[in-house]
Amino acid sequence: MVDPITVNTNAGETLLRFRDDVVHDEPAVTLDAFLGQTNATAVRLEAGDDARALLPHLGQIALVEISFPTFRDGRGYSAARILREAGFEGELRAAGDVLVDQIPHMRRCGFDSFAPEKPVDAATLTKLLALYPQPYQKAADARVPVWKLRHG
Amino acid sequence: MYVYDEYDQSIVDARVEEFRDQVERRLSGALTEDQFKPLRLMNGLYLQLHAYMLRIAVPYGTLDGRQMRMLGHIARKYDRGYGHFTTRQNIQYNWIKLADAPDILAELATVQMHAIQTSGNCIRNISSDQFAGAAADEVADPRPWAELIRQWSTFHPEFTYLPRKFKIAVIAADEDRAAMRLHDIGIQLLERDGVLGAKIFVGGGMGRTPMIAHEVKDFITADHLMSYLEACLRVYNRYGRRDNIYKARIKILLHEIGVEAYREQVEAEFAAIRDLGLDPPLAELARITAMFKGPDFDADAPDTVDRSDPDFAVWLDQNVAAHKQRGHAIVTISLKPIGGIPGDASADQIDLMADLAERYGHDELRVTHAQNIVLPHVRKADLHAIWTALREAGLAEANLDLISDIIACPGLDYCSLANARSIPLAQKIGERFAGRQRELGELKLKISGCINACGHHHAGHIGILGVDKKGTENYQLLLGGSGAEDVSLGKITGPGFDEDGVVDAIERVTDRYVALRERGERFLDTYRRVGMQPFKEAIYG
Repeated sequence: MVDPITVNTNAGETLLRFRDDVVHDEPAVTLDAFLGQTNATAVRLEAGDDARALLPHLGQIALVEISFPTFRDGRGYSAARILREAGFEGELRAAGDVLVDQIPHMRRCGFDSFAPEKPVDAATLTKLLALYPQPYQKAADARVPVWKLRHG
Repeated sequence: MYVYDEYDQSIVDARVEEFRDQVERRLSGALTEDQFKPLRLMNGLYLQLHAYMLRIAVPYGTLDGRQMRMLGHIARKYDRGYGHFTTRQNIQYNWIKLADAPDILAELATVQMHAIQTSGNCIRNISSDQFAGAAADEVADPRPWAELIRQWSTFHPEFTYLPRKFKIAVIAADEDRAAMRLHDIGIQLLERDGVLGAKIFVGGGMGRTPMIAHEVKDFITADHLMSYLEACLRVYNRYGRRDNIYKARIKILLHEIGVEAYREQVEAEFAAIRDLGLDPPLAELARITAMFKGPDFDADAPDTVDRSDPDFAVWLDQNVAAHKQRGHAIVTISLKPIGGIPGDASADQIDLMADLAERYGHDELRVTHAQNIVLPHVRKADLHAIWTALREAGLAEANLDLISDIIACPGLDYCSLANARSIPLAQKIGERFAGRQRELGELKLKISGCINACGHHHAGHIGILGVDKKGTENYQLLLGGSGAEDVSLGKITGPGFDEDGVVDAIERVTDRYVALRERGERFLDTYRRVGMQPFKEAIYG
């Protein structure tokens, strides 16, 4: 999906979603709470949490929300890739101080849902998402890296 | 040399468009300065004391005449007629207007150049050996590997908001001309059982806590280089400190958890990702390597040089190095004229160096981490003509690796972080020692105007650190550092000095060295043999 669908959640958040399934409405629990009560289906990871702790449980998780306390804190990009590389197919949401210029990179790391603190300009986002014709490196998205285009 | 294909060009063109849009949003107020700052920094645009400074990437220090000429054009059209070559093999301009920056990037893109990731908390310009492809002692040309890493690191989606900046150097010889082990990751290519691979060092750097990189992987082949580097960076991105900017470099992470624990984490990460298909096929390295084949050398070029002109002979002995091809030589053009600003070149000088490269040097130039320019492939028969042209342009200072071949940061004259001036001090030292520098032999002197160490003072045989002492500029003296294969960190001699005082102190140090040295010893060798004490006595009495 190239452009996001804007969705308002029951909690009053505005989500930008790059998937068209139903928004998961169970509140996300903390990593500690999740590991203690294993029937939850939505988890919120703080920036310093170890995403690998979720890997044994991916089958039961529908939503992982990853927190960005400031746009400068890049730990969540690695957390997202770790989950996608392990085969997680549920919703991966970036929440917090998420800026429009960061969303294309976040998409490449596997995020398909965004809950930015401040609204992002839709026209700018559309333009940015279409800007780079192809990436240099393979990541957690389906985009084909330049070396693959060169060598098939 | 590497030549862009349509893919490379489209990415650089897209970057120009993206940055133009970001500047427009900043100028319109849609972006706050706080939000714009990391975006402009990732394009090498700094706000300095007087104006914006723009840093342009010269990947692994290699460029051709057309690209060099573009650097002269930018100096003339958008700056004050000069540019400053840096220790990261880049060039920076000190007087740029924000509104001009997108146009400058557009002009650069026409000659396959850019300012991508020359600043910011991301993977910076990849540096390498300035003699790559010309040196007799290399196992291979390191630049194809550096180019592979350049492409992998360009807009890497996961590593754009690292805890701190990240610098990578690649070399392929035992002699280290790139300060490889003072990088966040240092890579040395070597051959094992007929296969080319890389030894990986992690956690080096200067700044306020200088450290020498540790060997983390003794051999990794090209088919898994990218996934291994990805693992190295991912461990850093996840666990590097973000609570204190001065403790955020990867060297601090290694220091705190230890090299063994870091290596284990990297190996675990590597095991998880090595088979995910992140690595380009070997055909990609082969494609790039073919472009670095190098020129067709004239096998019949005469191997002798007429040394009858004594001034020329001095320059020949100091600034010309052996080339792998008979009848050829490597020329280092000093950007350190006595009394000049280290690393600065005027637009006219830049053009002249481009001319010389095109006419005599197979159209190739290099920038060195010591802020000089290299013509890597010239015929010995052309050396006199090259020297004559350089001399007319004020570029024939015969001081490579001598005490006046100083690395200096811009210091308080330009930089908003500096505590002290570096440039006037470099000028004074050059003037004081000009007459006897050859007698002193190899002596690498490096000056930083603050503890961030952009002038590499930790790695100087003699290092100088400018500090602020109760509102006045004060200079500490360090001895015994090296950025070469015998890497070491300098030690502070004792209490600091004012500007003239530090020049006097250096004179006492060099006098003591001359008195103590044994046959064939460089200053650094004597220092290592006798230790700090005799020099301390000479300085402080």
